[in-house]
Amino acid sequence: MKIAVAIKQVPLRDSPLRLNAAGTWIDEDTLSFEINEPDAYALEEALQLREKHGGEVIVISVGPARVSQTIREALAKGADRGIHIESSSIDTFGIANLLATALRPESPDLILTGLQSDDLGYGQTGVVLAQLLGLPSSTIIMQVEIQPGKVRVKRELEDGWFQHIEMPLPAVLTIQSGLNKLRYATLMGIKKAKTKEIKVISLDGAAEVAPPSAVIEKLYAPEKNKQAQIFEGDPRTAAAKLVEKLRFEARVL
Amino acid sequence: MSVLAIVEQRMASEVLAAAQQFGSDVKAYSIDLPYTADAYTSAVEELIRKVNPTLVVFGHTYQTRDYAPRLAARFGRTLIGDVIAARFEKKDPPVFVRQMFQGKFNADVRLVGDGPHFVSIQAGAWRADGSPQVEKFSPASVTSRQVAEPPFREAARAVDLTAADIIVSVGRGIKEKENIPVVEALAQALGAELAASRPICDAGWLPMDRQVGSSGQTVSPKVYIAVGISGAIQHLVGMKGAKTIVAINKDPDAPIFEVAHYGIVGDLFEVVPALVEELKKTK
Ligand SMILES: Cc1cc2nc3c(=O)[nH]c(=O)nc-3n(C[C@@H](O)[C@H](O)[C@H](O)COP(=O)(O)OP(=O)(O)OC[C@H]3O[C@@H](n4cnc5c(N)ncnc54)[C@H](O)[C@@H]3O)c2cc1C
Ligand SMILES: Cc1cc2nc3c(=O)[nH]c(=O)nc-3n(C[C@H](O)[C@H](O)[C@H](O)COP(=O)(O)OP(=O)(O)OC[C@H]3O[C@@H](n4cnc5c(N)ncnc54)[C@H](O)[C@@H]3O)c2cc1C
Repeated sequence: MKIAVAIKQVPLRDSPLRLNAAGTWIDEDTLSFEINEPDAYALEEALQLREKHGGEVIVISVGPARVSQTIREALAKGADRGIHIESSSIDTFGIANLLATALRPESPDLILTGLQSDDLGYGQTGVVLAQLLGLPSSTIIMQVEIQPGKVRVKRELEDGWFQHIEMPLPAVLTIQSGLNKLRYATLMGIKKAKTKEIKVISLDGAAEVAPPSAVIEKLYAPEKNKQAQIFEGDPRTAAAKLVEKLRFEARVL
Repeated sequence: MSVLAIVEQRMASEVLAAAQQFGSDVKAYSIDLPYTADAYTSAVEELIRKVNPTLVVFGHTYQTRDYAPRLAARFGRTLIGDVIAARFEKKDPPVFVRQMFQGKFNADVRLVGDGPHFVSIQAGAWRADGSPQVEKFSPASVTSRQVAEPPFREAARAVDLTAADIIVSVGRGIKEKENIPVVEALAQALGAELAASRPICDAGWLPMDRQVGSSGQTVSPKVYIAVGISGAIQHLVGMKGAKTIVAINKDPDAPIFEVAHYGIVGDLFEVVPALVEELKKTK
C-alpha cells in the first residue's frame, strides 16, 4: 500500500508573532517552525497503516527551503521518502494543484492530510486536492480501517457525535488530532533519515499558477473588547483580588 | 449582489442573516438529500448553475468543511472559510474578515474576479434575525462514492459537565500529565468539576468526556475558570455561555481574555496554588 501524507510547516506553538512592516504578513525572520499538529497525527496514522498492511509512506510538503527540515523529521519518524515542492505565497487552490501534480505520477492508494493548519486554518487543502485528483474524500477522521479495495473511516461530527463512512480506494482523508498516539523519532531513525531521498521540485519552469480568487490584503491584531478586569503582578495579590471579586461582585462563590 | 444561502439545520438563521447583509437578492435553499460529500457537491453545483449567484454562503459546520471546498474547486475558487465579518466598500467585491494564527490576528480577505465566490460564516458571528423563505432543492440525479452510516455517540458519558455550577478547565498550558493535580487542587477547593480543552483529552491526560468545545460538551456554568487555555473558537463555542468566565494565562494577548470577565495574567504554576491558598484561607 502506498500512502502519501501532506505536511505543512507552521510557526512553533506559542511563538511570539509580530506583523511585518507592511501589515500583510507575519515577520518570519525570528521564527522557528514545526510540523502542523494534525499532520503529525496523519503521519503517525500512515506509519501504523504501513506496519499493518505493508507498503510505503511518502511525505510531501509545499514551502520555502526551510520546509526540508520538517520533511527530514518525518523521515526520522519512519516515512520512506520525501517530496519538497519549493514555492511560497500561493492560495489553497495553487497549493493543492502543486500537490496534485506531484502526486499524480505516484498514484498512491491513500492520501492523508491534516484537517486544518494551525496558522491559517483554511481547513480545505485536502478536500481540494481530492477534487483535483478526482478522488473521494472524507474529513475530520478519527479512525481508519483498510478493507479490500475500500476504506472505512470514523468521521467526527459536532457535539461528540460520529459517523462511519465507507468509500473506494484510492481516497483522500483529512485527519483530526488525537486519533492515535504520536511516536518520537529514535536515534536510529534520525541516522537513517540522513540517507533517505528528498526529491526537490522547483517551481521554476513548472506550469503557470492561476491567480488566486482571493487575496489576503491585511493582517492585524483584533480589537480588544476590554470587558475583562485583569489582575497582573504578584500572584498572591492577584489571587486574593480575584477571589474577592468572585465573592462580592460576581457573587458566584 | 445575488446571494445563494445553503441552509442546513445547524446555524440556519445565522446563515440567512449573513446572506441578507451580503446582498439584497437572496435565495435560500436546503438540500433535500441525506448527506454525503459527493451527493451534496453535485447537488449544490447543479443548484448554482441554475440560480447563478455571485456569492454562495454556508455556515462553517463540519458538513460544510466536508464538501464546500470541493464544490468551490469545481468553479476554480477557494472557499473563504470561517468568516467573522464582512465589509462592503462602495463597489464590489467585498472584504471578508477571518481569524488566522489561532485567533491572534484577523485577516482581510478580498475576493478577486467574477462569481460565484464561496464563503462560510463562523458560528455565533451573525445574529439570527428574520427568516426568508427556504426552499427545498432536489437534484436531478445523485451518485456518491461515499456510503454513510447513521451518526452515533460513544458509550454514555460518565461525566455530565452541563450540570456543574463551577468548572475548572485546563489547557495545554499545564505542560504535562504529571501537573494535572495542580488544577485538580483548585477544582477541589471550589467544589468544581474538572474539564479540559481538546489537546488534553487527545493526549489522554483527562478522559474524553471532560472535553469542552465544538466536538465536546457545551456548558454554561455559573463560573468557568480557564487555566492555560488559549481560547480557540472551537473551545469558545463550548463555554462562552458561562455566566462568569475567569481566564488564567501567561499571554496577555491570548484570545480567551476577549470572552473573560476576570483574568489573571501570569504563570499558572504560581497563580493556581495561590488561588487555592486564598480559597482555603477565606473559607
Ligand atoms: C506569504 C503568503 C502569502 C499568501 N497569500 C495568499 C493569497 O494571496 N491568497 C490566499 O488565498 N492564500 C494566501 N496564502 C495562504 C495559502 O497559501 C494557504 O497556506 C493555503 O490556502 C492553505 O491553507 P492552510 O495553510 O490554512 O491549510 P489548510 O487547508 O488548513 O491545511 C489542511 C492540510 O493540508 C495540508 N497542507 C496545507 N498546506 C500545505 C503545504 N504547504 N504543503 C503540504 N501540505 C499542506 C496539510 O496536511 C494540512 O494539515 C498565503 C500564504 C503565504 C505564506
Ligand atoms: C474541527 C475541530 C474541532 C475542535 N474541537 C475542539 C473542542 O471541542 N474543544 C477544544 O478545546 N478544542 C477543539 N479544537 C482544537 C482547538 O482549535 C485548539 O487547538 C485547542 O482548543 C487549543 O487548546 P489549548 O487552548 O489548551 O492549547 P493552546 O492553544 O496551545 O494554548 C495553551 C495556552 O496556555 C498558555 N500557557 C502556556 N504556559 C502557561 C503557563 N505556565 N501559565 C499560564 N498560561 C500558560 C499559553 O499562553 C496558551 O494561551 C478543535 C479543532 C478543530 C479543527
